[in-house]
Amino acid sequence: MKMVKILTDKIDIPNYHKIDVYLKEGGYSTIEKALDMGQEKVISELKVSNLRGRGGAGFPTGMKWSFITNQAFPRYLTVNADEGEPGTFKDRLIMTKNPHLLIEGIILTCLTLEIETSYIYIRGEFVKEAQILEDAIAEAYEKGFLGDNVKETGKKVHLFVHRGAGAYVCGEETALINSLEGKKGQPRLKPPFPAVVGLFNKPTIVNNVETIANIPFIIKNGGQAFADIGVERNGGTRLVGVSGHINKPGVYELPMGYPLDKIIYEIAGGILNDKKLKAVIPGGSSTPVLKPDEIRDLPMDYDSLAKAGSQLGSAGVIVISEGTCMVKLLATLEKFYAHESCGQCTPCREGVPWVRDLVVRIENGGGKPGDIDKILDICDNMEGTTICPLATAAAWPAQSFIKQFRHEFEAHINQHKCPFN
Amino acid sequence: MVFKVIKMALEISKALNREIENTLKKYPNKEAALLPLLHLLQKEFGYVKKEVMELAAERLDVPYSKVKGVATFYTMYDKKPVGKYHLQICRNISCSLRGAEDVLNSVKEHLNMEVGDTNEKFTLSTVECLGACGTGPVMQVNDDYYEELTPESVKKILDSLK
Ligand SMILES: Cc1cc2nc3c(=O)[nH]c(=O)nc-3n(C[C@H](O)[C@H](O)[C@H](O)COP(=O)(O)O)c2cc1C
Ligand code: SF4
Ligand code: FES
Repeated sequence: MKMVKILTDKIDIPNYHKIDVYLKEGGYSTIEKALDMGQEKVISELKVSNLRGRGGAGFPTGMKWSFITNQAFPRYLTVNADEGEPGTFKDRLIMTKNPHLLIEGIILTCLTLEIETSYIYIRGEFVKEAQILEDAIAEAYEKGFLGDNVKETGKKVHLFVHRGAGAYVCGEETALINSLEGKKGQPRLKPPFPAVVGLFNKPTIVNNVETIANIPFIIKNGGQAFADIGVERNGGTRLVGVSGHINKPGVYELPMGYPLDKIIYEIAGGILNDKKLKAVIPGGSSTPVLKPDEIRDLPMDYDSLAKAGSQLGSAGVIVISEGTCMVKLLATLEKFYAHESCGQCTPCREGVPWVRDLVVRIENGGGKPGDIDKILDICDNMEGTTICPLATAAAWPAQSFIKQFRHEFEAHINQHKCPFN
Repeated sequence: MVFKVIKMALEISKALNREIENTLKKYPNKEAALLPLLHLLQKEFGYVKKEVMELAAERLDVPYSKVKGVATFYTMYDKKPVGKYHLQICRNISCSLRGAEDVLNSVKEHLNMEVGDTNEKFTLSTVECLGACGTGPVMQVNDDYYEELTPESVKKILDSLK
């Protein structure tokens, strides 16, 4: 496994977020090449690269881009910088330490897909991060990489930052589009997909920050070089964020497919306070929880995680040590999902608060014998029956926590209290 | 430059007006500027009160009811007055594993406040994941993040806010 970095290799260079330093280090050198290659070649290289969306679903980026190529104009690019999934804090690193790589990726995307206007949708709380982006964008305009005539090519690319205002569901691509249009961030029914009817009812590509930041490398080095870094069907590196009960929390750029147990015990320094590992949520709060024996030699890639019964998601690894009450932890999560439901679909609007209430009741010692199966029942009705996957995202933790730690839920009910208190 | 005079209880400064004009230029229609406009107005007028929503509606030619719906949907728009410092402590999973509850309790005790309380200086809230989980527990105060908090360090931070 090649330990190369392509997103974070230079971020320790002083002032790398400034365009002069970025240029000196070889930045913005791919624009002409991308134009020479042209749309067809760029998309075919993307397909070879096995780049899959880093926002959570892992959709092949080359295929996503190919859907827009025969659509009408104008077209839009919206970059998803909502970073809302609990346990995820990776795009913040790119935006603050390597903003020009993101901007370069955006320019390449726009030139390839004949897009003249793009937006970075950044979560509203990231005020500082948004300012860093604004400053970097101003520099890129000044140097002629953005504007009405990008580097004398006659091509137009404009880029704006749009701040959200606090709503997790706005990370979902169609909610994000509504939010950018000045509306409530409520997801839209699909189809039509954004590539056909998106922002301002025009064809739109929505990609995650990390996805777009990988484009310059692929243009420069070709799709195969990117594919070679990862494993089968999963090209490139992954920004893995490790948080929770871990000695060295942080974001680590690792080749796709790097073993999860090694990430925890070697890269991130092992479990906090020399405790034993109890559980791992491998890809952000929505992804099903795994037990220590399930993460041994488990490659961090989309297919391996799915085979293990979880998901790679946003690669936000949440580490949980022995002594943690799983019922309390699930209550923390379900309070979150209940708070974030946008209310459009009955199974989500009614179901998630109901699950939350039952879990809270069990945690507080008031649980009844049928409560566990009731939760599973409600989750069954939430999954796959809604406009967006938020309801499913709320069901997975409940289902997996119960599957893996059912005895803890039962102990709460039998003892009429939390055994960890 | 045309400076549109708005007959409103709220006065818009020239500087703010310029910022609004610049914001409008980013979008193909006015309605799309609603979120950034509400951010700007909240900063200027303290919170999103009725007059702020009326002003936004007029400025963007959208119905007041629409502005109200949007302002209510998003948690960052304060619908009530807040203290000079809005303390927002993350209560979500990664922070909670690192002791966010102890941090919150320390804040409550130090300021003699409960979650939801407002006094002249502070408003105390809990919030969902702030996207800084690797450096939790995290607290956002107005536009600033304070990270890797402990029950002790958070008190020093509170004391430093004048
Ligand atoms: C409830 C919900 C929240 C989401 N939040 C985010 C987010 O914060 N950031 C993100 O990039 N994608 C998020 N997504 C995924 C997006 O809908 C979309 O798949 C992604 O932005 C596509 O980009 P990609 O193909 O580059 O991954 C979320 C999805 C759902 C259902
Ligand atoms: S599943 Fe929930 S969040 Fe998604 S559209 Fe339906 S109600 Fe809204
Ligand atoms: S859980 Fe607190 S910042 Fe993410």
